[in-house]
Amino acid sequence: MVTTTALEEELRRLAGSVPDPELPVLTLDDLGVLRAVHVRDADSVEVELTPTYTGCPAVEAMSTDIERVLHEHGIREVSVRTVLSPAWSTDDISDEGRRKLREFGIAPPRGGRPSGPVALDLGPTRTAADGPEPEPVRCPSCGSADTELLSRFSSTACKALRRCLSCREPFDHFKEL
Amino acid sequence: MTLTVNTAAALALGDDALVLSHRLGEWAGHAPVLEEEVALANIALDLLGQARVLLSMAGDEDELAYLREERAFRNLQLVEQPNGDFAHTIARQLYFSTYQRLLYTQLASGDGEFAPLAAKAVKEVAYHQDHAEHWTLRLGDGTDESHERMSRACQALWRFTGEMFQPLDGVGVDWDGMRAAWLESVGDTLRRATLTVPEGPQTGAWTAGAGRQGLHTESFGRMLAEMQHLHRSHPGASW
Repeated sequence: MVTTTALEEELRRLAGSVPDPELPVLTLDDLGVLRAVHVRDADSVEVELTPTYTGCPAVEAMSTDIERVLHEHGIREVSVRTVLSPAWSTDDISDEGRRKLREFGIAPPRGGRPSGPVALDLGPTRTAADGPEPEPVRCPSCGSADTELLSRFSSTACKALRRCLSCREPFDHFKEL
Repeated sequence: MTLTVNTAAALALGDDALVLSHRLGEWAGHAPVLEEEVALANIALDLLGQARVLLSMAGDEDELAYLREERAFRNLQLVEQPNGDFAHTIARQLYFSTYQRLLYTQLASGDGEFAPLAAKAVKEVAYHQDHAEHWTLRLGDGTDESHERMSRACQALWRFTGEMFQPLDGVGVDWDGMRAAWLESVGDTLRRATLTVPEGPQTGAWTAGAGRQGLHTESFGRMLAEMQHLHRSHPGASW
């Protein structure tokens, strides 16, 4: 039986408040990448972190920042372990995180995709970026649903580049994963 | 060195991702438009992330990437092929991303040691395949010049595609089913792009499974020299 102690909750809150190095408006908690904090003994802690994308270069910076924050809290030994399973999904971004992204000018991922096994079909490829759209990607500036995809890849692996056809503003969209 | 079965499989899949990642990275500064510069670099980064996980399952990732000789690499010959023109790169992407998506889909649904990585990476690879298919359609069904180049690229790389379906020890997937699904998917895209599915054999006289045994094509040695020279010149350096 795994129980979480008050100290673990406190340390988890501290680690979760670390800002994302590439999207500093979000904390690691908003992003949903902090999986667990285990206190091993009096001053040794293990943190489990999951990457957004397998190759996300921000993981190392996140680890360093978590170590620094917990060191400052008096924990002598901090080890950050990367865990892949269960895989992170944009559904793990909190509502608060989505609100912050929108304010920052990034269209948040559309939520509520059904999870489960990946269906394999032989037809043309469908990804979350196209196919039957569950809901339009709205412009974070003017709120218009009339937007178009410019490129499936943008400034970071997790974003796509779009343009608003109402206010003509180009913007990043945190694409569904 | 005797490799246990799963280490050998991790090495093969990791080398595929590493080598293709490096090839795509060669486009940095040379891609036809800025969006493609960014797209190819992002795909390369996804593949590098997969390579790091897979090579770490087989040993020390840096030693494996930077200190092995050409003959010790187990990647498919397809992924080491030079970038060529943009159409060549897209044809290589179409062939490989379709394969990788089918492979990871199967691995993700099992409970083997590759399942966690596959479950994560299959969603990234779906975007790679989407990217390759859109460009195949655009180039194939584009101008006479783009059609001609895309057609040439698909033909030229065809003989490297058979190797993908050589069963790998330690990877429990339905290889024949995968080949059929791959042919169906790639064939559909090529036909929609007004291109013809190449008719030649999917393996050359000596290329069947050769990359997986450490036999590589001429340009691979030069690629490795470029990839490894900094690490070899300054062993253990860091900043």
